[in-house]
Amino acid sequence: MLLFTLFLQAPALPVASTLGTANPVSMVMFFLFVAITMYITYWAAKKTKTGSEFYAAGRNISGFQNGLALAGDYMSAASFLGIAGMVATKGYDGLIYSIGFLVGWPLIMFLIAEPLRNLGKYTFADVVAYRLQQRPIRIVSSVGSLLTIAFYLIAQMVGAGGLIKTLFGLQYELAVVVVGTVMTGYVLFGGMLATTWVQIIKAVLLLSGATVLVILSLATFNFSPASLFQAVSEKYGEAMLSPGGFITNPFDALSLGLALMLGTAGLPHILMRFYTVPDAKAARKSVFVATGFIGYFYILTFFIGFSAMVLVGKPVIESIDKGGNMAALLLAEQTGGTAFLGFIAAVAFATILAVVAGLTLSGASSISHDLYVHVFKKGVSHEQGEMKVAKRATIALGILSIVLGLVFKGQNVAFMVGLAFSIAASANFPALLMSIIWRRFTTQGAVWSIATGAFLSIVLIILSPTIWVDLLHYPEAIFPLKNPALVSMSAAFLVGILVSLLKPEIAAAEKFESEKLRTYLGIGAE
Amino acid sequence: MPPTHTHATAVIESPEFKRLVKKRWSVSIILTVTILVIYIGFLLVVAFDKNLLAVKLGNFIPWALPVGFAIIVAAWLLTGIYVYWANNSYDPEVQALKNKINAN
Repeated sequence: MLLFTLFLQAPALPVASTLGTANPVSMVMFFLFVAITMYITYWAAKKTKTGSEFYAAGRNISGFQNGLALAGDYMSAASFLGIAGMVATKGYDGLIYSIGFLVGWPLIMFLIAEPLRNLGKYTFADVVAYRLQQRPIRIVSSVGSLLTIAFYLIAQMVGAGGLIKTLFGLQYELAVVVVGTVMTGYVLFGGMLATTWVQIIKAVLLLSGATVLVILSLATFNFSPASLFQAVSEKYGEAMLSPGGFITNPFDALSLGLALMLGTAGLPHILMRFYTVPDAKAARKSVFVATGFIGYFYILTFFIGFSAMVLVGKPVIESIDKGGNMAALLLAEQTGGTAFLGFIAAVAFATILAVVAGLTLSGASSISHDLYVHVFKKGVSHEQGEMKVAKRATIALGILSIVLGLVFKGQNVAFMVGLAFSIAASANFPALLMSIIWRRFTTQGAVWSIATGAFLSIVLIILSPTIWVDLLHYPEAIFPLKNPALVSMSAAFLVGILVSLLKPEIAAAEKFESEKLRTYLGIGAE
Repeated sequence: MPPTHTHATAVIESPEFKRLVKKRWSVSIILTVTILVIYIGFLLVVAFDKNLLAVKLGNFIPWALPVGFAIIVAAWLLTGIYVYWANNSYDPEVQALKNKINAN
């Protein structure tokens, strides 16, 4: 009897998986990726002398290239492995996430891409501060930026450590140090130019790897998606193919949807990419290209998830990782053998590296451009001094991300991604949008809006079921919603409007009129 | 020669410029509302009446699948519509106004 129970508990692996052991193909692929990107960094370093080159790649990236780089910045390992895993274990509900992550992009296009490109210089705070008082706006908006970046970064680093441990059998600590060091190298020496090319290469690798994975999987079903879906419903029931119990409370659904959608339009590392292109027209093209690639990628992850569910099997996926994060990798091994697993694993590693590089660059820009120049130096920029600060900030952020990765080892970091998106949607997006479209928006309005959004996001997440029940094990949460965006974002808009109306700022309204030539015609845009 | 302050004011107050800004925001708002209606509508169906999406298309594919893919494709097409409009209608008008400023 005891033996029988033991037998049941042992992970039943019908497929022999080499996950967790050093895979020569992935090692070679990964070192090749690092070698090529390091060479690009060396090339970029020679071209990166001025601020405009460091922060914005000299504004010389084409619309198509920037579209790919945006996609590279956005398609994190969480999207690739997380969403595929969610589909593989929970079915259709994973797609609800993908759709939420995608629909923010049209809004970036319609509402902010062109004005952002025309009004800003290096960071989105440039736009918010354009006609308002520099110091208070810079301080509060860099707090918003840095909080978003910090939570996103922690999630990526902890994810990286865990992932690499499972993939290569490499020690967690070593993996975190490798990721932190290599990424610091890209940003420190190659600035935005190197970071952009890292994103582009990574995007191409990820898109082609995922495409091959889907083709190999669909080949098993005679290239008929219909027979794939039929197999899913025969093996796991029809319910897997339509919305299930994942979203039960309508307000929770709406709140999560808003955070995913509008958070995208408030992510500092995404917004920063709009300054790398020469003009508003190229910025527009980048959003179109990025939306196409990201949409295509999410459709692929959906097929990857369902194929893994049928070909690998839910019990196997869940026995290796409860959250299903290894589904795509297991499917790769099942359909393309150990060599293909190695390739996909190397791509996943490269993905994390690229995303953390983008985050670090935007964090460093916020520190050097917003805080150092506009707050400590009162707007008097000294190119060399600013670059020195930017590079020191990069090193500091590199060390910090390694430390945070080590400190948060083993923690569930899913809520940190939620928190990052919630702060981006509540603190950054409302202030950015109001400063672009509303003449009567004031300095105080912006300060209070950003502060409200950031503060409420953090407090409400702590009081939400995610932390209060799941992490702290209290029986019931004080705040009922899993994601606070519905409340925190509405409050940020409301506070911004009320404070602005209570105490009008005539100079800001006048400057709004005169900035219109730049906003709409691009006259005077950098 | 950079436009002088009076030129700038004259352009900002010109009916062409005001019409251009208004048209830009009308297009933006129509497209924004479209995507919001699509996405929030989808979320509300998921939240309030899931069974609607479980209705089958053919033998075993529920409507949820094509609807989900359609939203992704729609999001992309809407950005395409905006680019098409901006390239063919907005940009030429921007250029015309810029030429006018430079001519002054």
